[in-house]
Amino acid sequence: MSPIFKLLAQRIALSLLLLLLISVVIFAGTMVLPGDVAQSILGQSATPEALANLRAELGVNDPPVQRYFAWLFGAIQGDLGTALTSGQDISEALASRFWNTLFLAFWAAVVAVPLAIFLGLLAVRFKDRWPDKLISGVTLASISIPEFLIGYVLMYLIAVQLRWFPSVAMINDNMSLFEKLNAIALPIAVLTLVVLAHMMRMTRAAILNVMQSAYIETAELKGLNAFQVIYRHAFPNAIAPIVNVVMLNLAYLVVGVVVIEVVFVYPGMGQYLVDHVSKRDVPVVQACGLIFAAVYIGLNMIADIVAILSNPRLRHPK
Amino acid sequence: MSDTLLKVRDLKIGATIYPPGERPRDIEIVHGVSFDLAPGKVLGLIGESGAGKSTIGLASMAYGRGGVQITGGEVWVNGRDILKTGQRDVRSLRGGEVTYVSQSAAASFNPAKKIMDQVVEAAVEQKKFSRKDAEARARVLFAKLGLPDPDNIGERYPHQVSGGQLQRCMTALALCPEPDLVVFDEPTTALDVTTQIDVLMAIKEAIRDTGVAALYITHDLAVVAQVSDDIMVLKMGNTVEYGSVDQIINNPQEEYTQALVSVRSIEHEEKAPTPDPVLSVRNITARYKGTQFDVLHNVNVDLYPGQTLAVVGESGSGKSTLARVITGLLPPREGEIEFAGRTLSGDLKGRSREDLRELQMIYQMADVAMNPRQTVGTIIGRPLEFYFGMRGAEKKKRIIELLDEIELGEKFMDRYPAELSGGQKQRVCIARSLAAKPKMIICDEVTSALDPLVADGILKLLLDLQKIEDVAYLFITHDLATVRAISDNIAVMYQGKVQRYGGKSKVLSPPFDDYTDLLLSSVPEMKLGWLEEVIANRKMESAGN
Repeated sequence: MSPIFKLLAQRIALSLLLLLLISVVIFAGTMVLPGDVAQSILGQSATPEALANLRAELGVNDPPVQRYFAWLFGAIQGDLGTALTSGQDISEALASRFWNTLFLAFWAAVVAVPLAIFLGLLAVRFKDRWPDKLISGVTLASISIPEFLIGYVLMYLIAVQLRWFPSVAMINDNMSLFEKLNAIALPIAVLTLVVLAHMMRMTRAAILNVMQSAYIETAELKGLNAFQVIYRHAFPNAIAPIVNVVMLNLAYLVVGVVVIEVVFVYPGMGQYLVDHVSKRDVPVVQACGLIFAAVYIGLNMIADIVAILSNPRLRHPK
Repeated sequence: MSDTLLKVRDLKIGATIYPPGERPRDIEIVHGVSFDLAPGKVLGLIGESGAGKSTIGLASMAYGRGGVQITGGEVWVNGRDILKTGQRDVRSLRGGEVTYVSQSAAASFNPAKKIMDQVVEAAVEQKKFSRKDAEARARVLFAKLGLPDPDNIGERYPHQVSGGQLQRCMTALALCPEPDLVVFDEPTTALDVTTQIDVLMAIKEAIRDTGVAALYITHDLAVVAQVSDDIMVLKMGNTVEYGSVDQIINNPQEEYTQALVSVRSIEHEEKAPTPDPVLSVRNITARYKGTQFDVLHNVNVDLYPGQTLAVVGESGSGKSTLARVITGLLPPREGEIEFAGRTLSGDLKGRSREDLRELQMIYQMADVAMNPRQTVGTIIGRPLEFYFGMRGAEKKKRIIELLDEIELGEKFMDRYPAELSGGQKQRVCIARSLAAKPKMIICDEVTSALDPLVADGILKLLLDLQKIEDVAYLFITHDLATVRAISDNIAVMYQGKVQRYGGKSKVLSPPFDDYTDLLLSSVPEMKLGWLEEVIANRKMESAGN
């Protein structure tokens, strides 16, 4: 079993290294951003002395390398600094919003992933016939339309006309799970439509690729029906590419929901980030960037680990 | 039940082909074939590639591979025409009444599932046995087929057992549901000769013990003669001859069958060594980068000008590694290669253009050894430019000369590889290597991918060219019939060592060492009862890979 542990250890070490590099890029990137936070806090009428005092207080004048390491060690210990504009502790402010973002992404994934894989299997089963074409057509159309437009259209049809679900996805800790789910039903629907096509088409392509193999012919010659052949013999060999695209889309659900959160006024990280970018609150932007990067790298790492574990040659060496 | 298990009448099979740049069109690949098979009997279907034998085998399961479709005729299994029954009925036939053993068990087992799961699947799915009973039956079959550790081998994954073992597992898979008929599609072709004989014996005994009927598909008449009751010879989708094994082997009526029976008719007089070898392999020891084991141990062989040295051995014996060392692709750890009186650099980078020109190579897969986007003329012309700087009319004249030498002629100059048959492609590869005017050519399994009659033609051509061009061949092969046909000297390799080396007559005459004896006795001979005779007289077990 040692080669597989070595591979996994390598993959995890690589992820950590990558995250470290990204932290450098995020820090350097926010350094060179134009604008002056002191100016934006104090306003146009501030005196030069007041600006200089505030800059010293905020630590903006320290050498960048020193500030980077101070920031990095803080971040490793869970201290992401304080927001320049409000003086709030960023970790605290982000925690509840991060969980909200994860909550939305999780339930969107719960709907989208099984649906995408099921539709992918269905498309393979009826390859080049009308169900396949219908599934491909509808899912393609849904990713081609901008997500905010889908959001507003659904909002108009379902929330305003049919009054099934609320149009604003406000949630708070006092709500029950059912109330929360009811509130976020529309954003879940929009996110599902956005990520469905990609996952479904990859599932279809990965399984069709496996369907060319000789062992699929063996399975057909055992008298199995088409679904048994696909589910038992093709799917286990198509897991790695499918998990890969699923993880990419999960990452998108966490990282890319900014627009949807704004459309539905959802109290997640995306909205928090957008607010603070406009205020030039660099520590908040850095913290959000770092968290998004960690989520992205983490999910991709999981995809690679699943790919390694799903390979019988690595799991069961000779 | 009727006394015919499988009755095929006027079977016609078609396919849609997609020629490049043309409209797709339908062609017929099997033109009205008929035969009968009684319960417990074995019918051998034999022919070259393209004869339609696999297609007919699969048609007995109402299956068409790829775009292949059964267009006419009747296939009766156990008294019903399976071409006219519904999908559900066909599914209960497949895996229940009729099962299939493919050529490559390695590709036909699902890599993600345990062997046992796959072996019992059809039996359980067709409700022939409960899972528990099916597993018990599988273990009995594993033991019967001579698999090691039959109680536990089912818990392994396909990549954890060897090719020969997997082929036997595939046979167990086919026999597990107690079918009435098994279609064996070239079940031993991908195996080494010494392994083939074990698998063949296991299959034969399993057929005898279970009383199952079989369609045995192969291109090797000597193999099919060992297991069949009747033989049908096919060519281009037509029946050439259909009769009992005894009649086909001992008294073939048709010219084509006679050619198949008497294939390998080449006679080649052994030449005596000359004082100066063109190639001397001296004390070569080699291993692959990143590994701990030597794959060649102290190898010494000589090749004389204008002669042929056959390097023969099974997969893993090191014969292809030896070719890699000689060509400089794998620098040896120890030893030297002397070529045409000079010592060659072990590394390809250290060799001069003259070294490269005088040592050419021909490969097993002519298909992938040529650029599919170049014409035959360009392919053969390239070494003429590269080594001799030939241009224009001079180059064209030489290309035509070479095309004449390989018996293709000028009209092939503007053709693309895709327009050639397998044998023609290999001829073009031969012409390309001759264009460099080499002193020596390494031929790596050059006839293994070809049908026997075509391979025969290639060997004859190589021998003729040797006389004209005075070129030496280092001939790497696992096929002893080829070795007999063309060699002057023979090196038998086993586990990275030269086991036996010398002139053809000496190497192929007793007394033999145990390995050479095993190897020589394992080559199927075209006579009835050969298999039992060999198994009875064996001195050494095969490695079982």
